[in-house]
Amino acid sequence: MKQVETDIAILGGGPAGLAAAVEANTAGCRVLIIERDDQLGGILQQCIHPGFGLHEFKEELAGPEYAQRYIDMLEQTSIEVMKGTMVLDMTPKKEIYAINEDGVVKVAAKAIVLSMGCRERTRGAIKIPGFRPTGVYTAGTAQRFVNIEGFMPGTRFVILGSGDIGMIMARRLTWEGAKVDAVVEILPYPSGLVRNKVQCLDDYGIPLYLSHTVVRVHGKDRVTGITIAKVDEKWKPIPGTEIFFNCDTLLLSVGLIPENEASKKAGVKLGRTNGPEVNQFLQTNVDGIFACGNVLQVHDLVDNVAIEAKKAGRMAAISVLEYKLPNITAPDAVAVVPGEGVGYVLPTKVNLDVPEELASETGPVKVSLRVKQPVEEVDLVARSGETVIYKKYLKHARPSEMIIFEVDFAKFQDLQIETPIEVLLISREAKDE
Amino acid sequence: MTQYDFVIIGAGVTGTAIARELSKYKGSVAVLEKLSDIACETTKANSGIVHAGYDAPTGSMKAEMNVKANPMFDQVCEDLFIPFKRIGSLVVALAGQGTDYLEELYNNGVERGIPLEIVSDLDDIKKLEPNISGETEAVLHAPTAGVISPFQLAIGMAENAAINGVEFFFNAPVQGVESMGGFFIVDTPGHAIQTKYVINAAGLYADEIARLAGDDTFKITPRKGEYVLLDKQADLVHKVLFPVPTKVSKGILVSPTVDGNVFLGPNARDQDSKIDNSTTLSGLDEVMDGGRKLVPSIPLIDSITNFAGLRAISDTNDFIIGESKIVKGMFHAAGIQSPGLSSCLAIAEEVVNNIRDSGIDLQLKEHFNPTREKPIIFASMPWSERDALIKKDNKFGHIVCRCETVTEGELIQAIHRPIGAKTVDGIKFRTRVGMGRCQGGFCTPRVIKILARELGIDEDDIVKREPGTRYFYGETKDFRAVTTKKEGLE
Repeated sequence: MKQVETDIAILGGGPAGLAAAVEANTAGCRVLIIERDDQLGGILQQCIHPGFGLHEFKEELAGPEYAQRYIDMLEQTSIEVMKGTMVLDMTPKKEIYAINEDGVVKVAAKAIVLSMGCRERTRGAIKIPGFRPTGVYTAGTAQRFVNIEGFMPGTRFVILGSGDIGMIMARRLTWEGAKVDAVVEILPYPSGLVRNKVQCLDDYGIPLYLSHTVVRVHGKDRVTGITIAKVDEKWKPIPGTEIFFNCDTLLLSVGLIPENEASKKAGVKLGRTNGPEVNQFLQTNVDGIFACGNVLQVHDLVDNVAIEAKKAGRMAAISVLEYKLPNITAPDAVAVVPGEGVGYVLPTKVNLDVPEELASETGPVKVSLRVKQPVEEVDLVARSGETVIYKKYLKHARPSEMIIFEVDFAKFQDLQIETPIEVLLISREAKDE
Repeated sequence: MTQYDFVIIGAGVTGTAIARELSKYKGSVAVLEKLSDIACETTKANSGIVHAGYDAPTGSMKAEMNVKANPMFDQVCEDLFIPFKRIGSLVVALAGQGTDYLEELYNNGVERGIPLEIVSDLDDIKKLEPNISGETEAVLHAPTAGVISPFQLAIGMAENAAINGVEFFFNAPVQGVESMGGFFIVDTPGHAIQTKYVINAAGLYADEIARLAGDDTFKITPRKGEYVLLDKQADLVHKVLFPVPTKVSKGILVSPTVDGNVFLGPNARDQDSKIDNSTTLSGLDEVMDGGRKLVPSIPLIDSITNFAGLRAISDTNDFIIGESKIVKGMFHAAGIQSPGLSSCLAIAEEVVNNIRDSGIDLQLKEHFNPTREKPIIFASMPWSERDALIKKDNKFGHIVCRCETVTEGELIQAIHRPIGAKTVDGIKFRTRVGMGRCQGGFCTPRVIKILARELGIDEDDIVKREPGTRYFYGETKDFRAVTTKKEGLE
């Protein structure tokens, strides 16, 4: 068994892993990226549509182009990369067991950055009744078939779920000569970005059926059709509202789940996002294990992934070179919890007992969240009991867009540890009453 | 060769068990399967339980076969490297259901020599099954019940039969069975087969096969059972949990699978169609509600798939095993519903006994090989063995299915075994590739590639199961060219 030592092991060479690696390397650490695929870039390699890097590079790049920027940067550094290598086990002592075509590799790291990304929710997770034919794919699998393998997975499509990948695939398939009959969304509003609804559905006349779901998959061997129906407020199909589409393929774009199987093996505690619980340093409950990107929370924009990942990379480097960073299980950690209208909020804990030097080096506390449903005219508030530490007026907010704000660390220092910091939306109208 | 001593119709768990049993004797054997692989119908969609044997009515073939077969599983599974765990079962009487039923089963079981105990103290019950409903009044504990992979068992028995000379024909639906006096002609599309004896293990279609030969003595009615499968659960349930059953079904169970998942189901709905194995919204709700009654904390959010299977119910509601009363030389193993999987090893012996009893001279072979090559299962190997294996063949260093930790090496092995996988489902049932929480989202494109390469065919021609289950409609560029031309855009 091959044994390798490094300062920081990065699990996954997608956008999060690449950004974390570059940052940790710049800070002066020895860095090893472990990537299961034969190339770096992760899911970006199959996202050949534009729209990446607008914030970071001030340019509109395709997914592989964005990835290439980082791969080029990487080549200027001493970062080591193990491709074609799958991590199968990980211990709280930060020993990683992986395999590749040369055999088993045991990596002993001083710190680990989790950047494994996420996987797609499947048919089984959402209870779609009917037959089990070929022709039911997650949108990402279909994207791989079309963009990487070069095969058409169908000719006429219904897409369940208005997630971003689903809408982007609706356009992609239309370009390839297929017909997309409908995008069907159980919620009363689209679950992906507005820009994707406009650019991928509206521009091509693809109808979006809101408050509808699939009630039946037809066809024993291959999909022969899909029946959808309108749903009530409890998401129950309303009899008499059924619509049948004669199609050969059903794509599912019904959500993403952070991929934390390896994290769990190392004893990393998971929270509400299905990702690890972390503090303001993006450190999990296991000392020296950090998390960033979609393995922590499903992001809307790759630019946000990069910002978060750079922070994780920098924090991992600090933990190796300078300080042992505070842990979320320590008694000085105050909980951050989602309140009214907020789906989840990160970090899940903020450690208050932080040396001044470290606090100034690590900067303000960055908070990210998603709202539960679309709202207008609200105040986004973070408070501990009666003490408000952040407040901002939002004209509107949608679940599809991640909200990020910063709070100076000084504002936390006088807070009561027993009182959780609540992040919530307060309606302006309600307050007027 | 198109001339055999025995033709077995059907390659489910019954047909393959009979094939293996017959392969111990001299004589040529062929198995004809309508579908593309072993275990494509009832065998692939059932509870995967080896019942203790107290349940079926006294005097029934079901009871006799189940009781006889249960102790046979250890040896067969050891010989064929089939995962099998005797985890025990509990029949759970909830508050208000009384214990009369448990006592009746207990008495049945004791009479049949089955070790059983009734436990009525909730603390003791919780020691057996910590997450069982707090409403539990008493349980009947049967330690000899077990869980098994039904398709692995069928595939293992088929491979072993093949090693011992049995020939298998797939995509070979039987369209005629004609008794020509001293022999039969079994007709399949484009291929007639002459055989001295016919064994009918055609599952849902056993009545139709009998009728082709002129035996109209029984009818098979399909009974649908729907299931919900959960992701692997470390400590949710440890034993097979049955509710107090109803007239039509053993009721909705909660049980670990032999691979560490947990399933809920089945419900029981009689239907006319032998084709309709679709799930329904009301059925899945029924299954989930039923499961929650036994284990209230069951995490339905961990559901990874749902499916339905059809059991073959005969009009006697019992197994029909033996020589046809109408057609001499035709032997039935029909109406094999629950506990059919639990009974298959005994059914196979029974059929062979029936054959011998009808005056046919069966001679044991001098060299019967009871085993097969052990399949390599990377996921269950220690690190040192994994390292050595990869150094010997680096295809084992390439993970294809990340959920179930299945390597390319295992796929290649499954494709080139005695009855090799030719379809994506064929690989799935042999290696567990695609059976995990992402349900093939990650591995399917990779499996298609490997399958095409190993079989020497185009990726475009790879199917999931039957010929109608292709994945692709050509390459993207060809497709675009065709559609733009069609619309007059070029």
